[in-house]
Amino acid sequence: MTTITDPQRETFRLGMLIYDTRYRSMTIQVVALIAFLILIGWLISNTAQNLADLGKEPSFRFLWEPAGYDINQRLLDYNSQDTHLRAAVLGLLNTLLVAVMGCITATILGVIIGVLRLSPNWLVGRLMTVYVEMFRNVPVLLWIVFIMAITIETLPQPRDFRGEDAAATMKVFDSVAITNRGLYIPEPLFSRGLGDVEVAGNRFEISLDLILLLVVFGASLYASAQVKHRADRIQEQTGVRPKTFWKRSAIVVLPTVFTLAILGFHLGYPALKGFNFQGGIYMRNSLIALWLALSLYTAAFIAEIVRAGIMAISKGQTEAASALGLRPKRVMSLVILPQALRVIIPPLISNYLNLTKNSSLAIAVGYMDLTGTLMGITLNQTGRELETVLMGMLVYLIISLSISAVMNWYNNRVKLVER
Amino acid sequence: MKKSVLLGALTVAGLAAGAAAAATVDDVKARGKLNCGVTTGLVGFAAPDANGNWDGFDVGVCRAVAAAVLGDPMAVEFVPTTGKTRFTALASGEIDMLARNTTWTFSRDVDLKFTFVGVNYYDGQGFMVPKELGVSSAKDLDGATVCIQTGTTTELNLADFFRANGISYEPVPIETNAEAQQQYLAGACDVYTTDASGLAATRATFENPADHVLLPEIISKEPLGPLVRHGDDEWADIVRWTLNALITAEELGVSSANVGEMSMEAGSNPEINRLLGTEGNLGEMLGLSADWAKNAIAAVGNYGELFEKNIGENTPIGLSRGLNAQWTEGGLIYSPPFR
Repeated sequence: MTTITDPQRETFRLGMLIYDTRYRSMTIQVVALIAFLILIGWLISNTAQNLADLGKEPSFRFLWEPAGYDINQRLLDYNSQDTHLRAAVLGLLNTLLVAVMGCITATILGVIIGVLRLSPNWLVGRLMTVYVEMFRNVPVLLWIVFIMAITIETLPQPRDFRGEDAAATMKVFDSVAITNRGLYIPEPLFSRGLGDVEVAGNRFEISLDLILLLVVFGASLYASAQVKHRADRIQEQTGVRPKTFWKRSAIVVLPTVFTLAILGFHLGYPALKGFNFQGGIYMRNSLIALWLALSLYTAAFIAEIVRAGIMAISKGQTEAASALGLRPKRVMSLVILPQALRVIIPPLISNYLNLTKNSSLAIAVGYMDLTGTLMGITLNQTGRELETVLMGMLVYLIISLSISAVMNWYNNRVKLVER
Repeated sequence: MKKSVLLGALTVAGLAAGAAAAATVDDVKARGKLNCGVTTGLVGFAAPDANGNWDGFDVGVCRAVAAAVLGDPMAVEFVPTTGKTRFTALASGEIDMLARNTTWTFSRDVDLKFTFVGVNYYDGQGFMVPKELGVSSAKDLDGATVCIQTGTTTELNLADFFRANGISYEPVPIETNAEAQQQYLAGACDVYTTDASGLAATRATFENPADHVLLPEIISKEPLGPLVRHGDDEWADIVRWTLNALITAEELGVSSANVGEMSMEAGSNPEINRLLGTEGNLGEMLGLSADWAKNAIAAVGNYGELFEKNIGENTPIGLSRGLNAQWTEGGLIYSPPFR
């Protein structure tokens, strides 16, 4: 006869939380979490208490008060009687402007330099190495200040352009003025423009001309893509690809040119009037210094990423492509780069984020970005340190997460689909 | 650097403001050193000399307070601040007092929670332009590019002035006086605007000061004075009455030359006696030694001496007393009585 004993019923004792390895790690984590939350809570309550003692309870009312200061680079209408909130929005737009310009330029430069660094040409390869090592090993703030100093000290002042035997002259058929205050280039104007439309209770104005042009250009691109698809289909069916270059060029270019003509497109040239050049598009030297420095600096990192991406593709791929009769340029653009993108994109995201965050160094050259308006003058004039800095941090967080989201989406599209 | 000051200041504001708000004078005594916020460099007001010793009109106020509290005018740690960082530095307790040609305004006094303890220089905002531009009035500046120190009252006055006169301008925001000077001289801006005294001091350092003119318009009232954190009245009293002691000393004819002799024993003028501690117990009321005012005057001289030595007519800066003469001479410098 066998006796079957029930397994001893498990009794739970409090001590097991520590001595029983099954529960111990859980216990430690819960305790650590509670301690962490207490620490955070203490910091917050202490800050609130101390601010209350100083008589500075957090309040965001200042955002709706008149800012009182002027901003030189305005992408929207703004004057000193507008609110701090609007000043912050203008700063944000300036941040986004330099970030977008910087990301585009850095990507183009970075890809070119990264590819050239692998060039079999000894001189080109070494030159690119020198570029990369020089730019990425010097702090970007120094590059910003350096470029700014060069523009201020070496370029002519606007008043040098005056008089019969002026010390400086305008470049490119008298259409571009390069001064130590910035660059003046011709601006597009429309003599029969459609005017602006006001949105959100006249807070923003959007140019109808621009919308029309974008719509027309978008439609042309779509039509051109259709022509390409048709050519692809014919090629698949018959093996002969119809010539589409002229047709597609015409579809892309002609409607836009036609629209421009209807709108009465002409260029407005800058001209010296009074103290400064008037007319044309004015790119302040602070924007140029910031944009160039951020682009050149980030391009050095992107070049290394591109190089790493290319070197990650096995040499067999190049050889196979060459064996199929592709020329080196096409090997690069059709075989190597598309595969390299999978390696390139993730680190590229973090470089875009870095560039955007580095743009907050703008204040060193007086570029009125978000740090300069909200976290600079507004902070100083209202004395709301905590509120403005928290807002600024939140905005940068949102920008960075948005860039990440977009780039991750793109990464998912180009990454190798494994079956 | 700027960021770390800001974030550091935030943390400090969060963690230590409570502690810093109480009894600054005890902190200073325990430390044996006064932390005094000054400009990053404005000749005549506050600038380090060739040996790295700070010197100037605002620096004198710091040294006088250090002499009154600690008995040693050299026991000062000077903290250079920009127009932007100065208030955060003071609010966070990084500095005990700020003597940095700072304009006394309602919102700074009330909303930013500081206490202005007096005025050591009555100033107004002016404009400086190169002579060759041929500008004779600020109203001719339509379309000009203006260099301006950011985070100052001048930034707001400028916006108001151009708005009120219906003319446009292009502001170039700049952190420090030195950068502004560099951009102005390179012609990156047509005009430099700041307090008229600052313009005079800056112009004095130019290679050819005569090539630059100050325009006649003074577009604002800028009473400049030292300030402390709101809420520590004992400390505010000490700084306020140290400044008043310097002013009263000039009025009563007490100078660094004769203060030693006068404080030996009580003289015939009871106010001088009270000031120098040979009669009454004013020092004790402030929580300081009886010879606090004597130390301050001996260290930096009276108000008039301080003015003449640093920014007066015999210095390269060459400012006349003007509004800053004693009230007895038709100026605005006036101290409440020592009684």
